[in-house]
Amino acid sequence: MQRAFPWHLIFFLAPAVLIYTVFSAYPLFDTLRLSFFTDSDSGERSFSGLSNFATLLGNAVWSGAFWNAMWNNTQFFLIHLLVQNPIGLGLAALLSLKGLSGARTYRTLIFLPTLLSVVIIGFIWQLILSPLWGVSENFLYALGLGQFFDAWLGKESSALITLSLISVWQFIGIPMMLIYASLLSIPDELLEAAKVDGASPLRIFWRIKIPLILPTLGLVTILTFVGNFNTFELVYAVKGALAGPDYSTDIMGTFFYRTFFGYQSQLGSATMGATVATMMFLVILMGVMAYFYLIQRRLTRYQL
Amino acid sequence: MLSPKPALSLTAAILTLSLAAEAQTLSIESWRVDDKDLWEDVLIPAFNQQHPDIEISFNPTSPTEYDSSLNARMQAGTAGDLVICRPFDVSLNLYRQGHLMNLSGLPGLDHYQDFAKRAWSTDDGATSFCLPMASVIHGFFYNKDIFNELNLEPPHTLDEFHDVLETVKSESRYTPIALGTNDQWEANQIVFTNIGPNFWQGEAGRLALISGDATFTDAPYVAAWEEMARWSDYMGRGYPAQTYGDSQNLFALGRAAIYPTGSWDTSYFNDQASFEFGAFKPPVPAAGDSCYISDHTDMGIGINPNSDNPEAAKAFLNWVASADFADLFTNEVTGFFSLSNHPVDVNDPVAAEMIGWRDQCDSTIRLNAQVMNRGTPNMEQELWIVSSQVLNGEITPQDAAERIQAGFAQWYEPQPD
Repeated sequence: MQRAFPWHLIFFLAPAVLIYTVFSAYPLFDTLRLSFFTDSDSGERSFSGLSNFATLLGNAVWSGAFWNAMWNNTQFFLIHLLVQNPIGLGLAALLSLKGLSGARTYRTLIFLPTLLSVVIIGFIWQLILSPLWGVSENFLYALGLGQFFDAWLGKESSALITLSLISVWQFIGIPMMLIYASLLSIPDELLEAAKVDGASPLRIFWRIKIPLILPTLGLVTILTFVGNFNTFELVYAVKGALAGPDYSTDIMGTFFYRTFFGYQSQLGSATMGATVATMMFLVILMGVMAYFYLIQRRLTRYQL
Repeated sequence: MLSPKPALSLTAAILTLSLAAEAQTLSIESWRVDDKDLWEDVLIPAFNQQHPDIEISFNPTSPTEYDSSLNARMQAGTAGDLVICRPFDVSLNLYRQGHLMNLSGLPGLDHYQDFAKRAWSTDDGATSFCLPMASVIHGFFYNKDIFNELNLEPPHTLDEFHDVLETVKSESRYTPIALGTNDQWEANQIVFTNIGPNFWQGEAGRLALISGDATFTDAPYVAAWEEMARWSDYMGRGYPAQTYGDSQNLFALGRAAIYPTGSWDTSYFNDQASFEFGAFKPPVPAAGDSCYISDHTDMGIGINPNSDNPEAAKAFLNWVASADFADLFTNEVTGFFSLSNHPVDVNDPVAAEMIGWRDQCDSTIRLNAQVMNRGTPNMEQELWIVSSQVLNGEITPQDAAERIQAGFAQWYEPQPD
């Protein structure tokens, strides 16, 4: 007997598929398509194959800016990976301790900056760190560290690190919450059994909790990677689209913005912008694929 | 039967409707969000006294988004009838793509000198596509109270300028120069192209670069950066992280003696500063040298060729070219000076001082505004960056000149051998 065509499947899938196609898939593929075209001076668009990519990677002016943005973005990501996620893990471990008083308050306070607009965060930190009106200089003097104060956001050597740490400060709540949730889902019997067996708290943490939350740590890593390579607002809010001094805070997002929309007398180019966007997409795609094929598949999952 | 009252109002409604159908409407594209009230309360009513049948709306977009969004609206066919034009290449590009009307033969154009029209003409100078509206003049503001307290006079030469800076630094707690490099643009637009013309003899030096008779590594251009390199001692603590807004506040609060500036800041300090301030022009290298000022053609107005009411738009442009408009614009938008030939009495003392420099010095525009911004790397951005790096003490004036020249030579002919 032939089964009836499952129309209800189409019916239930349609809203999501439609919305996803119109607002996500179609723009993405159109961007990819646009990167193979070029505009003439009179505004006519013509197919040009891979010439935009050749310019982006082969022309010294373009490739210098591109690799600079790529390297800055990589540093931005590494700082998040090495500072944000371990601290997030530590905070989550502390919060999940039994009998910690005020855990809810801490959790809310630490998560709060994540809810604020990046523009507000950028503005507040710019004021805090301002050498003219900021509180950080007096604060450091009060701690006896006054001689270390500097115009961090204005120095080529420290601007990117400072911006990364501001971003870490803002988004620390996300890895903390994700890890916290997965720590809570570890059954108490396991931990009690370990305790009965005489395992120290540290040993429980490293040998029982960490292996059980490894999939979450992987997820946090890949979310950080995707988020960092797509970010734009903080640098734009604090340093402007030119990402000074001397492009030392230029990341893929700001580089894309200048290329696509133009900046001051630099005219924007939709096709060149699409090329940069395609490169960003490829970088993120390769990162995510590398993660899935090399790491995710090898993670052992425990049925709890 | 209709009672007389509804009949009357019905007639009135029909009359209004038919009037509205006859009235021509124009909308203006602009980046001057700050001037919205001024247009709606002063300029448009003044225009409507002469042309009551033309309705005008002023629709500004924020400055950083203006060029791209205007471009997009032009391509989509939804842009306004009148377009406030950026100078030189941005507008030239719009004209080439057919988004600005050729204004040849417009009577209003006769009221402007060639120097004013150059910013909105094709390279051969034959065709104008925007009517010049206003320029900004660069110079320095000084806090008169601080100058009186320390017995200082506004400087005329570089030596006097540095004596003033040294006195402020050693004899008071004030910051000598309110200037930061966080936003970068000030380093070029209100420092390099402000003090520079005195070194490269204004137009002569600018045109020599375009004709290929000079390079950025020649002495006059390097000298401008060398002068800037000497400023870092006087710019106050932490200036690499100081924004334009910080600098404005520093001067407005009376904590800094000198503020390098463009004339557009006049109205801001008229509102914000509680002390009297004056202006002095960029100091010349030696006493008796002829002086040059950056009198930058900043704002023009053109017509969208797809406008439904091109005749009304032309009528508006001719009004913009009139003496009435010149007077209104110069005195209401303090710090923007009409570019037309009509004599205008400037009421604001500081603005009057600055426009008076036109009689004492030769005018030039910003060094890189014409032609030089067309290539990649974009010279405007490069100048922001190297000029702030020079102020920060990160690179030498010679390195700055070499970097700009190298970028320029990469795409521009002619270059000297």
